[in-house]
Amino acid sequence: MNIIICIKQVPDTAEVRINPETNTLIREGVPSIINPYDLHAIEAALKIKEKTGARVTVITMGPPQAEDALREAISMGADDVRLISDRAFAGADTWATSYALYKAIEKLGYDIILCGKQAIDGDTAQVGPEVAEFLNIPHIAYIRKIEDVSDKSIKVQRLMDEGYDVVESPLPVLLTVVKELNTPRLPSLKGKMAAKKAVITRMDLNAIGAEAENVGLKGSPTQVKNIFAPQSKADRKMFQGSVEEQVDALVGELRGVKCV
Amino acid sequence: MRIAVNIERCTGCGQCIDSCPFTAIVMQEGKAFINEYCQFCRACMSICPEGAIIEIMEEGDIQKADISDYKGVWVFAEQRDGMVASVAYELLGAGRRLADKLKAELSAVLFGSTEDQAKELIRWGADKVYHCKDSIFEKFNDEPYSQLLTNLVKTHKPEIVLAGATPIGRSFIPRVAARVRTGLTADCTALEIDGDSGNLLQIRPAFGGNIMATILCPNHRPQMATVRPRVMKRGEYNADRNGEIIPVSADNITSRTKVLETIKEVSECMVNLQEADVIVAGGRGLGKPDGFKMLEELAEVLNGAVGASRAAVDEGWIPYSHQVGQTGKTVCPKIYIACGISGAVQHLVGMQSSDIIIAINKNPEAPIFNVATYGIVGDVYEVVPLLIKKFKEAKQ
Ligand SMILES: Cc1cc2nc3c(=O)[nH]c(=O)nc-3n(C[C@H](O)[C@H](O)[C@H](O)COP(=O)(O)OP(=O)(O)OC[C@H]3O[C@@H](n4cnc5c(N)ncnc54)[C@H](O)[C@@H]3O)c2cc1C
Repeated sequence: MNIIICIKQVPDTAEVRINPETNTLIREGVPSIINPYDLHAIEAALKIKEKTGARVTVITMGPPQAEDALREAISMGADDVRLISDRAFAGADTWATSYALYKAIEKLGYDIILCGKQAIDGDTAQVGPEVAEFLNIPHIAYIRKIEDVSDKSIKVQRLMDEGYDVVESPLPVLLTVVKELNTPRLPSLKGKMAAKKAVITRMDLNAIGAEAENVGLKGSPTQVKNIFAPQSKADRKMFQGSVEEQVDALVGELRGVKCV
Repeated sequence: MRIAVNIERCTGCGQCIDSCPFTAIVMQEGKAFINEYCQFCRACMSICPEGAIIEIMEEGDIQKADISDYKGVWVFAEQRDGMVASVAYELLGAGRRLADKLKAELSAVLFGSTEDQAKELIRWGADKVYHCKDSIFEKFNDEPYSQLLTNLVKTHKPEIVLAGATPIGRSFIPRVAARVRTGLTADCTALEIDGDSGNLLQIRPAFGGNIMATILCPNHRPQMATVRPRVMKRGEYNADRNGEIIPVSADNITSRTKVLETIKEVSECMVNLQEADVIVAGGRGLGKPDGFKMLEELAEVLNGAVGASRAAVDEGWIPYSHQVGQTGKTVCPKIYIACGISGAVQHLVGMQSSDIIIAINKNPEAPIFNVATYGIVGDVYEVVPLLIKKFKEAKQ
């Protein structure tokens, strides 16, 4: 069995802020990390590997620096990695990202593909389902538990708004995972050594066999027009005086509101 | 297109390096250089004091698909157990506004469910409803949903397609966008029509809510977006409104996945938080678990529910099911009372679309005051008991 995990290197967004005056991001010293959800995807694959002897390959599309993320994946126990990297891939939206991943995955062979629920920078949660559509295989999103897996099929719990569904799918299938699924392991010493020594294979536009007009900025239907800070309310009212006076003023203001 | 540095103008001040969310700018021989990490967000362009960072158009940048044939606004009306989900009515409110602006028709698409529910969609503003009653849609499976919506989009060519950013919409709508080769904007919180181009301006939070972005899909159609629930306002309900219901068949629609079981796990509190008109929420500023007893009392007086920030949940003062924010619930009550909540962006994204936000905090600099409608600077243990007393009096 072949398992492929798609991971993304992201800035640690908990530390990204925007300067409200200039509408630009402040990111002094914000570190790059593996997208946290993707660690759970790697862990899920390693668990399946322990049970079935599957081969685990981790791939990422990104700039040369994304190699660091792949080395971290090796240190956790991945058998193989691929860096999908080419200047032509830069500026991809989810359509163009998924297209490039699909082309690469087709070359690699797969039974199960695992993705994180969403990347914490782009936050779209679209890449997994789009890759599945390009590959013409089923997908199940927001997996919180894998109940059963065999060579032919998989049974999982899918998180929904009001609880969860138990869903079955034949293989090959793509799954996107949430954090409740498992606790990602820490790299082992042996893993760290392997990661250091590993030669990272790179796949460029030619290697994945994609057309230039379908990848990167050119292949992307969406454009980020601008970015800005979350708005603050202009009409806010700060009450003055003692606490009792402030409370009275508030109760007075709310008198007209129906639900009070 | 590329974002590049005009090295003649660049003074090597390095301000752009800090502004880049993707670590895409490095210093080379005293000049800024933009590498392939660049995501074209243009953050650096506005910060460069020398105006040295520019956009360069390249041949083949503009690939116009034929977009003039695409007309009308569509809302995908999600159903659960046969009942249309409330986000669909919110989308009809938003969709009606966009359609009127474009002088176009508003259509709803309903898979599964009943004719009665299809009629409801018309009363909430739809001119047409494409309705497929087939039992394959009873339970949610991605493939049949995406196959049929893809077919309908390809046949009828709408200009805009909206769906709820729910587990269902966010799961299958990307497949439709991939198949019809168009853009999809995720989890929008505002939608406008650009006056000049007629393009849909899709506004959404990214980076965990730390920033907002405006996304365009200028050269492909339809323009597709998932929209966050409880953000858009419903339109007018009109029981006498007429519209057309167009039956759609599910020929050749298949599913490889199969839902074996559906388990509901709704705690009472979750329901309360999403339905409540008033939410009284507490944060780290409460200082101790007992603070929530006081908030419960206030919530009771106001017939509301109790929410919490992540800090309070992490402290173990109140269960996770009460958590509001990025990693908890998104709520949109008429009144949100934030007690001792500092207002980290991760919390704000979950509640800032509430109609009225009342912030109570000791620290006048707390960011929660930036989104507040009314602010009281003071100790929650002084303010809240007084509020309870005064609201009780006012009620009598
Ligand atoms: C502010 C901002 C807003 C944006 N909004 C949109 C938008 O609304 N629509 C849109 O189409 N694009 C948007 N983009 C572009 C989008 O961020 C990129 O396309 C990105 O490459 C993938 O999307 P994501 O980060 O949302 O990933 P998600 O779709 O959230 O990622 C889900 C999973 O897919 C896998 N994955 C994602 N990226 C990669 C990768 N490069 N390599 C390997 N696996 C990967 C991972 O398993 C990940 O957990 C936006 C970008 C910015 C900067």
